Amino acid sequence: MSDIKKLGWKEIPEGGLIAKAGNSATYETGSWRSVRPVRDEEKCTNCLICWVYCPDCSILVSDGKIKGIDYSHCKGCGICATECPVKAIKMINEKEFTD
Amino acid sequence: MANLKELSKKEEILSGGHRLCAGCGASIVVRQVLSALDDPVVVANATGCLEVATTIYPYTSWKSSFIHNAFENAAATISGTEAMFKSLKRQGKIDKEIKFIAFGGDGGTYDIGLQSLSGALERGHNFVYVCYDNEGYMNTGIQRSSATPRGAWTTTTPAGKVIPGKAQYHKNLTEIVAAHNIPYVAQANPWRWNDLIEKARKAFYTDGPAFINVLSPCPRGWRFDSKDTVKISKLAVQTNFWPLYEVENGVWKLNYRPKERKPIKEWMEAQGRYRHLFRSENEHIIKEIQEEIDKNWEKLLVKCGEK
Ligand code: SF4
Ligand code: SF4
Repeated sequence: MSDIKKLGWKEIPEGGLIAKAGNSATYETGSWRSVRPVRDEEKCTNCLICWVYCPDCSILVSDGKIKGIDYSHCKGCGICATECPVKAIKMINEKEFTD
Repeated sequence: MANLKELSKKEEILSGGHRLCAGCGASIVVRQVLSALDDPVVVANATGCLEVATTIYPYTSWKSSFIHNAFENAAATISGTEAMFKSLKRQGKIDKEIKFIAFGGDGGTYDIGLQSLSGALERGHNFVYVCYDNEGYMNTGIQRSSATPRGAWTTTTPAGKVIPGKAQYHKNLTEIVAAHNIPYVAQANPWRWNDLIEKARKAFYTDGPAFINVLSPCPRGWRFDSKDTVKISKLAVQTNFWPLYEVENGVWKLNYRPKERKPIKEWMEAQGRYRHLFRSENEHIIKEIQEEIDKNWEKLLVKCGEK
């Protein structure tokens, strides 16, 4: 998976400050997932419907094309797979993966 | 019309790693609304699921300026911020364009923050208010709000032998806001992303207060599978439970008309919170709710000049 770790009390900034805007990106929610979305690049038409519906900003797009899925944040809700108009995303049980 | 390829090139304001439930409608709504922006933004957030789950110390999911004050005063907080911005601009201390938005759940908007919202609308601040309406106090464990629809189970409107879920109809907040005669009011839904993003763009780039009430399905509180959030949004529109319309400078306009209105039963069947209504002793409630929806739809058609 990823090497994102929780901050311990020694790493937390003094005075209760949050040092960086959007730093929840370093917090892993991918471990919540029990099913993993896997995209078939051949079928995908890059319509970006999955991107506009993902609640976890986990469909990675660059230059108008899907570059992958952010598994450190994807919670496996399955919305992308349900809404993909060409059924290019399948939800696969996490047990099938070793990483 | 919003173009997804272009929108996806903008930097996102909300980061992943927030702790909203899997399949939560709120973050879909936030992402779609903020994608309409071309300027920096200050976000105020009423207490609620969105605020709690995006700001768990020592993390924040917001790349923009962000203010949480209290449950009841997101609109007052953003009013003050906007007033300060105006003053700084007048003094020549700031010259760029900045947008102001408050997000509140239905608890923070229909109930607890209604006075603060009403005040900010009446004073005419230049801001956007988006209510993500998940029809209950979900963050504290699914209690009823004035947005919870009739018949729905919540922990404070339990469904049992005596009480068949919530007894009252939900209040029509969109129309309450429209009665303030502000420049822009709309009702939207994340399924129709194009409609929602277009409404958000209008709201941000309208001079004066703008309000959008967005239905935000809650898998946990409404009792449905997280993969169905968008499907449930769609059913809400197809059954006329949540019509899509806007009121621009006093002119009402219907934005979507289902080809054939689906019975409200289909929206209810898809959610566990209505399960008890399908017992024979409660079926008259479904009928009454259907009549209410049909009546409200007819009234809306008249307001929108469709009849
Ligand atoms: S919705 Fe499906 S076809 Fe469209 S971009 Fe996503 S995976 Fe590709
Ligand atoms: S499963 Fe859910 S969280 Fe994961 S990429 Fe798909 S829509 Fe996003």
